[in-house]
Amino acid sequence: MSHLPILPILIPMLAGILLLLPPLRTTLTRQRIASLVSAGINLLVAVVLLNQSATGEVAVYAVGDWHPPYGIVLIADRLSALMLLLTAILLFAALLYASAGEDETGRFFYPLMMFQALGINGAFLTGDLFNLFVFFEILLIASYSLLIHGGGKHKTRAAVHYVFLNLVGSAIFLFALGVVYGSIGSLNMADMALRVRELSGAELELAKVGGLLLLVVFGLKAAMLPLQFWLPRTYATAPGPVVALFAILTKVGIYCMMRVHGMIFGDYAGDIADLIQPWLWATAILTIAIGAIGALSSPSLKRLAGHLVIVSVGTLLSALAINTPAAISAALYYAAHSTLAGAALFLVSELISEQRGGALDMIVRSRPVAQPVALGITFFITALALIGMPPFSGLSVSSW
Amino acid sequence: MEMLVALAIGILTASGTFLTLRGRTFPVVLGLTLLAYAVNLFIFSSGRLVIDGAAVLQQGLPVPDPLPQALVLTAIVIGFAMTAFAVILSMRARADLGNDHVDGSIRSQQNDGDQR
Repeated sequence: MSHLPILPILIPMLAGILLLLPPLRTTLTRQRIASLVSAGINLLVAVVLLNQSATGEVAVYAVGDWHPPYGIVLIADRLSALMLLLTAILLFAALLYASAGEDETGRFFYPLMMFQALGINGAFLTGDLFNLFVFFEILLIASYSLLIHGGGKHKTRAAVHYVFLNLVGSAIFLFALGVVYGSIGSLNMADMALRVRELSGAELELAKVGGLLLLVVFGLKAAMLPLQFWLPRTYATAPGPVVALFAILTKVGIYCMMRVHGMIFGDYAGDIADLIQPWLWATAILTIAIGAIGALSSPSLKRLAGHLVIVSVGTLLSALAINTPAAISAALYYAAHSTLAGAALFLVSELISEQRGGALDMIVRSRPVAQPVALGITFFITALALIGMPPFSGLSVSSW
Repeated sequence: MEMLVALAIGILTASGTFLTLRGRTFPVVLGLTLLAYAVNLFIFSSGRLVIDGAAVLQQGLPVPDPLPQALVLTAIVIGFAMTAFAVILSMRARADLGNDHVDGSIRSQQNDGDQR
């Protein structure tokens, strides 16, 4: 058995722990070098993993050689390998940006980023629903601390909402897991997909309740319509490199919907096939609409970027609602494109707000920036990438 | 016994939900704790309730499903850590913002403070 699939979990975990220990934690330079090196290795592993799974081979890794249905399995197929690569690119870029000085504003920046990456990678790899919950909690507790990195009134205020909301989300996740386990009798995703076809009577109704509760949880992570209010403020106050990594968090929610509702409660689920389809169309269109309205009324650049994230979530949800192979492949391509473009926009807004003194990133007149040409060109390129102009990746999505 | 467990979970969830909807951080943290208790009991009972069963293993007695017990243990540990974080964050918010309202500012119900 090849140990490749577990490396994206082990590398950030070991790096995070080592960064907390004396030889590395003493100076900032060592922290920067060590974290960039481990992010580079992580990137390399992600490339190898994607290369390996590009043939359509699905790598199944039984942790501790405990085989399913008793043990926990990690699954590295094309979808998870693609998301891992995306995370690795974002992590590397965010760390590189942070080493320009953002990391000096608070303590433990690099270990927290590593633990965040650990949680995200784990959520993409796991093939067990309860294990998914555990990785969700890891990425959440790292994101709570990263959100208030640097301190300040606005960050604390946004963090209170974010933390309380996600704690309620975790409670709902656990309720859903209890219902699902009680009715289906397994937490291994592949096993569940087989068992769900044979359900009947009360168990079937319970499984339906569990599946829809899971939709609420993933919808909260993905910022789906009634659950999106936390996103703009949270993303607007968090530090730039942190938000760049957060850009993948909404996609974690979408990915889990694809996995859980596409695989377990998907087309072949017998009596509860396509469980969430009736809900998706309306929420997808309304999410796009509310994101667009929010973007038009945004007072600042980062809030605008936050609302654009909501729009991209709505677009992805609509592709899930169409639910054909062509739509899903377009969605995956768009997920990669929108994550990178969104993260770039957050970083550019951070750069702009740093040079504008008290006006920050508010859309008002203020004193001129120090590097008008460089910033203007960067912002223009990012904006072009976001709207999908020809030289950038977005175009091929719209033509799909 | 089913009724008793169901009532306990229901009441805990109802009180937890009510408290999380309050405006100040302390009741919200309490509400989250109650929700965590409810959820732990709920997962525990998802392995089915058995009367007079074996605690672990015993010849001739029905054996309870061990998986929910493992799940509940994980959920307790995570819930405990998260509650600790929520408490610390609430105290930090109290210090940073000068009040313990979840929105960071207290608006009176008639909103007369703004008009005067």
